[in-house]
Amino acid sequence: MQPALEQVWSWLGELPDPEIPVVSLTDLGIIRDVAWEGGTLVVTVTPTYSGCPAAGVISLDIERHLRARGIDDLRLERRLSPPWTTDWITPKAREALRVYGIAPPVGTAARASRMTGAAGPVACPRCGSEATEKVSQFGSTPCKAAWRCRDCLEPFDYFKCH
Amino acid sequence: MAPAMSDVMTPDAAELARRSQGSGRAPLAIGSPGHDLFLGLARLGDNTLILGHRVSEWCGHAPILEEDIALANMALDLIGQTQLWLGLAGQVEGAGRDADALAFRRDAWDFCNLLLVERPNGDFGQTLMRQFLFDAWHQPMLAALEGSSDARIAEIAAKAGKEVAYHVERSADLVIRLGDGTEESHARMQAALNALWPYTGEMFLGDATDARLAEAGIMPAPESLRAPWDATVNAVLAEATLTRPVGTFAHRGGKQGRHTEHLGHLLATMQWLQRAYPDARW
Repeated sequence: MQPALEQVWSWLGELPDPEIPVVSLTDLGIIRDVAWEGGTLVVTVTPTYSGCPAAGVISLDIERHLRARGIDDLRLERRLSPPWTTDWITPKAREALRVYGIAPPVGTAARASRMTGAAGPVACPRCGSEATEKVSQFGSTPCKAAWRCRDCLEPFDYFKCH
Repeated sequence: MAPAMSDVMTPDAAELARRSQGSGRAPLAIGSPGHDLFLGLARLGDNTLILGHRVSEWCGHAPILEEDIALANMALDLIGQTQLWLGLAGQVEGAGRDADALAFRRDAWDFCNLLLVERPNGDFGQTLMRQFLFDAWHQPMLAALEGSSDARIAEIAAKAGKEVAYHVERSADLVIRLGDGTEESHARMQAALNALWPYTGEMFLGDATDARLAEAGIMPAPESLRAPWDATVNAVLAEATLTRPVGTFAHRGGKQGRHTEHLGHLLATMQWLQRAYPDARW
């Protein structure tokens, strides 16, 4: 008997992102579709960054998790278009990021600065101060930038608009 | 049998080598739409692969921690894009080669990256200037590819374009900071610009393959990227107080498989494991 799609979505919602475990794969918006094709469950995943080292682990996690729940006939598909954007991160996940110490993306990806460098202001996830500054556009993973708070002096990660 | 040394500088060295290898499979006919598409994709993927590898050579050696991380992240983006471009190239070729086979089992004369991206890293200024000169081209290239008549190319370009927007922002910012910095940093950035300048012209030189791909609306004509590149480069160099070199001489040949000696050394490092232990897995 095939589990209902809602059930599959809820199982997928239990899977944490391997790099940022406070956020689930579904909250991150990278699972684009779940569908039955005859007896085969097809899970469509979109990558965050082309070279994201977590991508392989994510596929493995999905497969292992669903197999453990009795789904043996399973196929993962990659979908590139439309490209993943931080706009798809749910409000719940944004708050979870902040509590975890990562400043969530500010504004929408379409508004993200390019040559102007005017991304922000980013509030410090620890003390809430907006007296913050960018240290580097690239942080501990491709999706994050390194920022610093001028009030509490703590460095922090900023999940940059993408 | 590899081509003789005297063959290496002939215009069709890559073709000579390919014939002498006798791979046994029916190759796509030179000049056919399939071969043009394969070559166009391999050029894109080889650029990101070779530059990605070059940039990764800095891992653990950059002047400050933030730059070490930034360089490693950009290398990751470029290698990730390589998987998409070379993956599609292998699919188009239909000879059973995947992205790994193309990256690790081809020899220098089959690589078709721009000579610019195989330039050695040099000092941090040279690495940075090479990155900026490439990023300023890469961004309009991907923007044009987003409108490709081939939907598979358009979607990879849309994905990669979002990443490269951050690359050009960083490299332009640092070129300005170091160009308009101390006497020492200014001198190094100007020296890097002068040394790399003769390698920039190749980005805008097309061959018959480029012309056919442009005609079919699959990829932009290389010369069409000159104006947006000039605009970015002129604006950034002016703010960086650097002088744009006047020379127009362009080293060329990388796209056709004729490389500088530096590529072979890079490949020796990059490919040794797959060469020593073919199909190794871990």
